Amino acid sequence: MIQQTARSFADNEIAPVADQFSREGKFPADIVRRLGELGFMGMLIPEEYGGTGFGNFCLVLALEEINRACASTGVTMSVHNSLCTGPIIHWASDELKQKYLPKMATGELLGAYALSEPDAGSDPASLSCGAVKDGNEYVLNGSKNFITTGQEADVFIAMVRTDPEVKKTRGISAFILEPGMKGFEVTKKEDKLGIRASSTVQLVFEDLRVPASQMLAEEGMGFKIAMHTLDGGRIGIATQGVGIAQACLDESIKYAEEREAFGKQIGHFQMIQWKLADMAMRIEAARHLVYNASRLKDEGKPHSKEASIAKLFSSEICNECARQAVQIHGGAGYTVDFKVERFFRDARITEIYEGTSEIQRIVISRQLLKNLH
Amino acid sequence: MVLKLVALIKNVPDTEAKIKINADGSAIESQGIKFVINPYDEYAVEQALLIKEALKDDTTVTVISLGPDRVVESLRTALAMGADEAIHVNDPAFEGGDSQANARVLAETLKTVGPDLVFCGKQGIDFDAAQTPAAVAEYLGFSQALIAVEFELGEDKQTATVTRRVEGGDEILDITLPAVVSCEKGLNEPRYASLPGIMKAKKKEIKTVTLADVGLAAEQVGAAGAKSDVTGFQPLPERTAVKIIAGAADDQVKELVKLLRQEAKVV
Repeated sequence: MIQQTARSFADNEIAPVADQFSREGKFPADIVRRLGELGFMGMLIPEEYGGTGFGNFCLVLALEEINRACASTGVTMSVHNSLCTGPIIHWASDELKQKYLPKMATGELLGAYALSEPDAGSDPASLSCGAVKDGNEYVLNGSKNFITTGQEADVFIAMVRTDPEVKKTRGISAFILEPGMKGFEVTKKEDKLGIRASSTVQLVFEDLRVPASQMLAEEGMGFKIAMHTLDGGRIGIATQGVGIAQACLDESIKYAEEREAFGKQIGHFQMIQWKLADMAMRIEAARHLVYNASRLKDEGKPHSKEASIAKLFSSEICNECARQAVQIHGGAGYTVDFKVERFFRDARITEIYEGTSEIQRIVISRQLLKNLH
Repeated sequence: MVLKLVALIKNVPDTEAKIKINADGSAIESQGIKFVINPYDEYAVEQALLIKEALKDDTTVTVISLGPDRVVESLRTALAMGADEAIHVNDPAFEGGDSQANARVLAETLKTVGPDLVFCGKQGIDFDAAQTPAAVAEYLGFSQALIAVEFELGEDKQTATVTRRVEGGDEILDITLPAVVSCEKGLNEPRYASLPGIMKAKKKEIKTVTLADVGLAAEQVGAAGAKSDVTGFQPLPERTAVKIIAGAADDQVKELVKLLRQEAKVV
């Protein structure tokens, strides 16, 4: 039923306007608000905090449908659920949970995640945004970049360096920040190749004072929180890959049944059939990798390797499917008149954010090579 | 005064489903096709929910469906939309019933519920008979207003004003309750089943009603009680290629008449 509601909503409400939002680079605020009203923004939040607690597998089912219609809306929903409500649920004090989760469950408050910096992307342990303790507060200085939903979000999970003296990964802490705090500024919105309806921004913290009570868990836990959170986020992006790829396949099938060449529908030609079969195979495999990782996570079992495998595989097949979808559409697929043009651009980011494919390979191999010295 | 609202729903093949007829032409293949709530019935559920929400009292919405096990999914969806309880009318004896036989069973079921208003879709998109709403109203002795595009409950909660969309215009009826109202597209905007609604639906009851519960004899229901007999199914004839007649109007007419006489042989 969850999948059915997501599918109907995606087909009826999102798909008709997705191309327009992408063209205009406009955030789908009304769509996101309605997703909140339907409960899609509180899927990981326990019932006691106003969510439905349906969990990661159900979130994956819903996310695939949303991403099929619009990857920008999909990433907004994924980041909100996995990267923002996720760490609050796992690491925040009861007070912070009461303060944020009920309103995040309805989408009244929208969430974001601020880890990356201009000089720290693949290497987040090197982040330099600093936080100095001053009585009951911390004073933050530094900048974050490529922050998804940064322009619209109300709640940010930010990782900052609270102790520069200790080992790099041990000196980082996680805070919940709000854009209304003095010293918090959104400085630049990126003009991107794809997911153009999702805002990607730079943040600057200038003597930003945050109450110590806004810290998640304790000082020094930030890196661990970030990495644990990314495991969930990776499942979300892997799902995005499946959604975009499925949309590519759906459009390609439609086109193969309509377009004629050499006196017949191009779906009769083996080369087209080959391409469609390969797409279906890749998507099915990726989908099951995603299902597996999400179920392990729901069962509380280790899932870093599986999440990385799912993200790596899904993002790579997604780009291949998008490539083939444009190819099947021929010249038409290269124009904005057909959806595959947007899918091709949207697909590209899946191999980059929430850990590049290179980083995923390092994460996976680390799980394999336990005896290197 | 608290009202009892009912929505009758039917579980039908999805409009996108590719329908195949079985080997001996006796029925459609129901294996492997997707079944959904009859789209017109969604307006019925929504209307009942809207009235309940407007009244803000203990008015309840019961959703009822007659059919095999697959019907339960549609009942659950209606519960997730906000209906309070569901009744699954299911018995092997009911199989093969036509609109009349099924309406009989539904009417007897409704007698046990005691509704003030019964909403249903104007027709099922599978067989398009459009008889059930009127038949149910007749068996119950209720007022009926069919093909509603507007509905307004009277202040006294014992009457209602219904706008019917008929060919050539709209007909406005003032009716007394209890009544059966069949719903047309445009009556309202059916809501999506929200996730919190899906969560709450898990705890809501689906009661089963069998032949014994409706107090009818086996000959009055199902294929035995049907007043019509479906003798077979045929696929639609293949659409032949369209021939476009070009040229000046006078020549086109000459050519058309020639084709109608010589090829189509209709004049």
